Amino acid sequence: MKKLVSLVLTAVFAVSCCISLSGCQAQTAPATSGATSKAEETTAGSKESESEAKPAAGDFKVGAIYINSQNDTSGYTFAHHKGITEGMKQVGLDPSKDLYIVDNVPEDDEKVKQAIDQLAGDGCNIIFGISFGYINAMNEKATEYPDIIFSHATGYMSNEKNFNNYFGRIYQARFLAGIAAGYKSLAIKNDNIGYVSAWGTEYAETCSGINGFALGARSVNPNAKIHVYEISTWGDQEKERQAAQVLIDTYKCGVIGQHCDSAQPQIVANEKGVFGCGYNSDMTAEAPKAHLCAAIWNWSAYYATAMKAAMTDKGSFMTTVGNYYQGLNAGLVDVSPLSSNCEPETAEAIKIAKDLMISGKWDVFSGVKLVFSGKAGAVAVEQKNDALKDNQGAEKVAAGGASVGDDVIQGSMNYYVEGVTQVN
Amino acid sequence: MLDVITLFLFSIIVYNIPLLYGTTGEIMIEKSGSLNLGVEGTMAIGAVAGYLIGMRSGSLLVACLVSFAASGLVGLLFAFLTVTLQANQNVTGLTITTFGVAFYYFIGNAVSNSESKWPALGDSPLDKQFSPIEIPLLSKIPVIGKVLFSHTILIYLGVIIAILMWLYFKKTVPGLKLRAIGENPGAADSLGVNITLYKYIHIIIGSGIMGIGGLYMALNMGGTFEGSNCWINGYGWISIALVIFANWSPAKAILGTFVFGFFNTLRVQNAPLASAFPKTLGWLTKIPAQFFSALPFIITLIVLLISSVRKNNNSCEPSAIGRNYYREDR
Repeated sequence: MKKLVSLVLTAVFAVSCCISLSGCQAQTAPATSGATSKAEETTAGSKESESEAKPAAGDFKVGAIYINSQNDTSGYTFAHHKGITEGMKQVGLDPSKDLYIVDNVPEDDEKVKQAIDQLAGDGCNIIFGISFGYINAMNEKATEYPDIIFSHATGYMSNEKNFNNYFGRIYQARFLAGIAAGYKSLAIKNDNIGYVSAWGTEYAETCSGINGFALGARSVNPNAKIHVYEISTWGDQEKERQAAQVLIDTYKCGVIGQHCDSAQPQIVANEKGVFGCGYNSDMTAEAPKAHLCAAIWNWSAYYATAMKAAMTDKGSFMTTVGNYYQGLNAGLVDVSPLSSNCEPETAEAIKIAKDLMISGKWDVFSGVKLVFSGKAGAVAVEQKNDALKDNQGAEKVAAGGASVGDDVIQGSMNYYVEGVTQVN
Repeated sequence: MLDVITLFLFSIIVYNIPLLYGTTGEIMIEKSGSLNLGVEGTMAIGAVAGYLIGMRSGSLLVACLVSFAASGLVGLLFAFLTVTLQANQNVTGLTITTFGVAFYYFIGNAVSNSESKWPALGDSPLDKQFSPIEIPLLSKIPVIGKVLFSHTILIYLGVIIAILMWLYFKKTVPGLKLRAIGENPGAADSLGVNITLYKYIHIIIGSGIMGIGGLYMALNMGGTFEGSNCWINGYGWISIALVIFANWSPAKAILGTFVFGFFNTLRVQNAPLASAFPKTLGWLTKIPAQFFSALPFIITLIVLLISSVRKNNNSCEPSAIGRNYYREDR
């Protein structure tokens, strides 16, 4: 009897464990209604008007491979998931029916290949892989499944038929956030600005972000010094928190920028009574007294474009969309709404810089520097010919020279600009 | 320069006190002869339950009690499975870890995706009660004052629990009986000690203490929930190793916590230390960051290796640990 009872209890326990675990583990099912309800609210209404024009929406299926959970409520996977579901609605697809997700997929070739096979088996017409390390598996599988379009974020590989990569000029948004930080540093009379970064010069993504932020801050406060703390991981809450603490306590920073997953640097800034610029999402809710504005992604801009092209004519995907690298002009990146912590001049200066970048007349890494001056209501900008130098004094772009090529920011930028020092 | 040292020592305490809770809780359970490998999961459940209900009630005391109760329930489950049903302790403990961490994500995601959203610690009453308490006079001493005498209540509580537990084991009759159960349950049983009751009570209390450690971590991290990053990021596992390092003594656990904390904190503070003392500590920055991240676990490994090679009479490991007691087998 005792044995029987224990057997039954163990079974119940095991089943309950399985149920609770399944909430967090890889699932390949149409996105749950819970996860998509958020997106539904924001784009409700736009759906019907657009859906009629799209061909064959009925049997178009979208596959997605995520590095973290589709149920995340902030961070990288969350931003992409939101972008894909919103993008689908814009082109008349229903994320609860037409989206197939494999999530929590580590950057391991075998695991990624399995996920791709699974999505191909589900009949997906386009597969998005959001993490850098999926690159080799996607490249290989693109030849195996020539009828499926493979689209890979942050990578550098592609082919001529069905495999592209996509990314954005987030450094433009960071330049704008840097302006907000610069004004704040002037107001609090502290030239030290901290920056908690996942990586330093190893990745062009982080490096160009730091440089963009630094140039933005120095366009307002030419004496600003950017202290970069490299945490050597994309996300580790505790380390992010401690790094921010070091920057504030030891390096006396008054504004904290960040390129890492969690909102910890902003929360620490809030606790310590300093200010900060977040990343990925508007972090004002997490740090109400500290947060100025955040550099944010709006991935739906790309996802809608890609899905529309794939639905219209799969064969010409690589000519219509191709390798995608856009910025403020396409609405792919932006800054979050300015919080009330921002200085009064900030909004005007950001608008001026944003217009210049959208019009294509000026870009961040060029031989022309923006110099902001004037009080609120009369903020003026001067475009000054000035060489882009690294922090060792070596000239990278001559005074008046054109912006560095996209390839530099995508892959080979490996220096800090003037005014940036890495503390570790 | 003094700033750097102060922050370094301060961080050792602030970021590693959950280890002390985990270790003392586990010591209490192991003293009763049970090996609970579910520390990580138990702490995670205490953290998420205590934080959410604490935020709702606005009282740190309620948060602590709920953490204690929630983790105590997990302890009750462990006790029921291993003491009453005689299930294998290792397997049960591991199950509790998987269950607890998954429960943490499950509840966290459910709350975050719900309409009320995840509650932010921000300026809540809970946050105010969690602010540091400066001990008069003592906290004014340079360096030491900040490092030892200006902490939140839960840090003092952790140390007090460890000292009380040490006294309990050494100086009280129930403590003596408990140790007897851990050493030789058959002998204790023949002397009329209620083994089952003792085991249940101490497993529940030990688990409850772990839960408060989890709550501390939640509050210390500003109470943000990250969908893919648990607050209890390996602290539970290190706690289990710390029990051996501390030789099953709650008092030595305090020391052990700071030794491990030293290496744990070095991974962040190596840069400021190197720049404050370029001549003596400049070499710190030459070591890759990944090495520092692995360091606490490497130390754990070394400790376990040394302690298993060096089996001597000084070891206070309860002899009956890990084996279920079944009266008829005596």
